[in-house]
Amino acid sequence: MDTFVQQLINGLTIGAIYALIALGYTMVYGILRLINFAHGDVYMVGAFVGYYLSFSLGYAAGPSLLGLSIVLVSSMIVCALVGMAIERFAYRPIRKYARMATLITAIGVSLLIENLFVARLGAAPRAFPQLLQEQSYTLFGNAAISKSQILIFGVSVLLMLLLQWIIFKTKVGTAMRAVSFNLNSAKLMGINTDAIISFTFALGSALAAAGGVLTAQYNPQIDPLMGIITGLKAFVAAVLGGIGNVPGAVLGGLLIGIAETFVVGYGQIVGVPTTFRDAVAFAILILVLLFRPTGLLGSTVQEKV
Amino acid sequence: MKRTLLWLLFVGGACFVFACERRGGPGAGGSSGEIVVGYYGDLTGRTSNFGQSTKKGVEMAADELNKAGGINGRQIRILSEDDEGRPEKAATVVTKLIDQDRVIALLGEVASGNSLAAAPKAQAAHVPMISPSSTNPAVTQVGDYIFRVCFIDPFQGEVMAKFAANTLKAKKAAIMLDFNSPYSRGLTEFFEASFTRLGGQIVNKQSYTQGDRDYKGQLTAIRSTSPDVIYVPGYYGEVGVIAKQAQQLDIRVPLLGGDGWDATQLWDLGGNALNGDFISNHYSVDDPSPAIQKFVVDYRARYGTVPDALAALGYDAMRVLADSINRAGTTEGPKLRDAIAQTKNFVGVTGTINIDSQRNAVKPAVVLKLMDRKYVYQETIYPEGMGPTTSASPASTSGSPTMAADGTANSADNTNKSANP
Repeated sequence: MDTFVQQLINGLTIGAIYALIALGYTMVYGILRLINFAHGDVYMVGAFVGYYLSFSLGYAAGPSLLGLSIVLVSSMIVCALVGMAIERFAYRPIRKYARMATLITAIGVSLLIENLFVARLGAAPRAFPQLLQEQSYTLFGNAAISKSQILIFGVSVLLMLLLQWIIFKTKVGTAMRAVSFNLNSAKLMGINTDAIISFTFALGSALAAAGGVLTAQYNPQIDPLMGIITGLKAFVAAVLGGIGNVPGAVLGGLLIGIAETFVVGYGQIVGVPTTFRDAVAFAILILVLLFRPTGLLGSTVQEKV
Repeated sequence: MKRTLLWLLFVGGACFVFACERRGGPGAGGSSGEIVVGYYGDLTGRTSNFGQSTKKGVEMAADELNKAGGINGRQIRILSEDDEGRPEKAATVVTKLIDQDRVIALLGEVASGNSLAAAPKAQAAHVPMISPSSTNPAVTQVGDYIFRVCFIDPFQGEVMAKFAANTLKAKKAAIMLDFNSPYSRGLTEFFEASFTRLGGQIVNKQSYTQGDRDYKGQLTAIRSTSPDVIYVPGYYGEVGVIAKQAQQLDIRVPLLGGDGWDATQLWDLGGNALNGDFISNHYSVDDPSPAIQKFVVDYRARYGTVPDALAALGYDAMRVLADSINRAGTTEGPKLRDAIAQTKNFVGVTGTINIDSQRNAVKPAVVLKLMDRKYVYQETIYPEGMGPTTSASPASTSGSPTMAADGTANSADNTNKSANP
C-alpha cells in the first residue's frame, strides 16, 4: 500500500510537469490548429534561463525560497518573450499558407533551437543549482513526499487555476475563446487576432518555462536535448486529454505520468521491462488515435465545408 | 544551376586540398620527427567529465616526457578528437585519427561502449590502442592490438561484493543498472555472482537508460524490498540524480558504485545525498605514496583541481605507451604491440602495471567513501594471488593476501547511512 501511494505521488509529480507543457500545446492548437513542435524546446530554454539566472543573480550559492521565486518568474517572462518571438518570426509570416507549411516550420524551429544550444553550450548535461532546501515528509507508512514534489504540485495547481481564470474571467480570455471558435469572425468583430495569438504563445511558453525550472529542482540534470522526449510525451498528453481542451491537457498529463511510473514500478511483475517507460506514452497515443481520436474530454467538431 | 555547380566544385576542391595537406602532415610515421599519438574521448557529451579528465592526464604526461627530452629525442604530440560520448562517433573519429592523421597509437576511451565501437578500427589498421579506463572484459577481447591499464569488471564487481558482504555485513542487496551500457551490465553480472557466492541475496533488480529524467519508480520498487545496500553501477550523470531522488524518497541505506561515479559533476547533481555512499576506484588521492602525492601536487599546480582516477589512468596510459615505444625502439605497429604486451612491473600512479596475456592490467582496487565532496579511503582489495607486498600502494598497512582492510580508517560509523539500520 505504501509503495502504491508512493508510486502514485511519483507519477503525479512528473504528470504535473507534462500537464504544464501540454497546456501550451493545447492552447496553441485550439487557436491556430497548429501543433507547435518547438514547444518542448521552450521548456528546455526555460530550464537553461533559470540555470543562468541563478548564477548571475547569485542564488546558486545556497537554497532560498526568494531566489527560487525570482528565478522561476524571470524565466517565465523570458520564455514568454521567446514564445512570442517564435510566433512572430516563424509562424505569422506563413500563417496564410497551407497548415502543413506551418507544421514543418515548427519542426524546423525545434531543430534550430536545439542545435543552437548544442553549438553554443555543448551537449554535456549541466547541474542545475539547488534552489530549494530539500527535505522529505512521511505521509503515512513509508510513503514520502519531498519539498520539491510539493513545490511542483503547488505551483502547477496555482498556474492552472490562474490560466483557468484568465481564459474564463478576463477580456483577453474571452477574446482567446472567440479566436479559437473562429479566427475570421473574431477578426470581423474587431478583435486584434494577431495580438491574441501572440498572447497565447506567451502564456503557453511561460507555463513550459515554469515546468523547466520546476523539473530542474526535482532532477537537476539539464541538457539542450531534454525537451525532445518530454515535449513529445506532453504532446501525447494533450492528445489523450483531447487536443484543444484545457482541462483535458491537465488530465492527460497526469495520466501519462502515472502510467509511466506504474510501468516502471509494476511492469516487471507482468513481464514488461522498465525500459519500456517511454514506449508506453506512444502506445497510449496510438490507442487514443484508434479508438477515441477526440481524446478523453474532447468533443467532435464537425468540419465546416 | 551553373552557379551551384561552380560552388560545388569550389567546395569539393577546397576539401580535397585540405585533405591532402593533412595527409602529408606530421604523423607520417618513420623513426624520426614527432611521435603523433591519437587521443579520443567524450569532450562535450553526457560523460564529458571523463573525457576531459583523461585528456588532462594524457597531456600532462606527454608534456613531462617532452620536457625530459622526449622519447629517444623525439617529441610527443597528442591529437585529440571529441566523440561526444557516442559509440558511432567514436568509431568515426578513430578512423580519422588512423587514416588521416596517421597516429602511431591510440589512447581512449573511458566508457566501455565507446571503446568497443572504436577498437575494431584500431585492430584492423594494426594501430595499438590503450584504453586508460574501460573496464568491460570484452574491450581487449577485440584483438591483440587492444590493451588497457586498468582492472576489469569481474574484479571490480567482486571488490564491491566483498566490501558489501564482509565489511558492511550486508545480507540483501538491490541493483539499479544502466540498461544500455556494457559497463553497467558487466558490473551487475559480476557483483551479483560474487555477492550471492558470499552468502548474500539480490532482492531486486531495476534498470534505467541514460537520459531518463525520473528514477523514483524504480527506487520506490527497490525500497519496498528493504535492501541493506543498493548497487548502482552507472555513470555519474545519472547516478547523481539517482542519489538525490533516493534521498527524497527517504532511502537511507548506502548506495554502492564503481569508477563510473568519479567526476566532479557527480557532486553538483547529487550534493549531500551522496554522503555515506561507497565506490570502488583505481586509486586514492589520500594515498601517501610519494609517486601519487607528486602526481597530485603537479596536477593541482597545472589544472587547479584534484586529479580523479580517470586523470591518473590517462597519465599512466600515456606513460606506459612512452615506455613501450622506448623499449621497442620504433613506432611500427607490430613491434610496438609486442612491447606493450611485455610491460611488467611498470610503476604507475594507479599502482604497479603488469599486462597479462589477455592484455589487461592486473591491479588492486580501492574502496572509497563519499563524504562532503571528498573520497575517503576505506580499504584496498587485491586480486587473487596478489598481496600488498607486490603492490606499490603503501596505503594499506596490513591484511590478508586477498583482502587488506584498513581497520583504523574511517569506518561506516560516522554517517547518516548504515548498512544495517
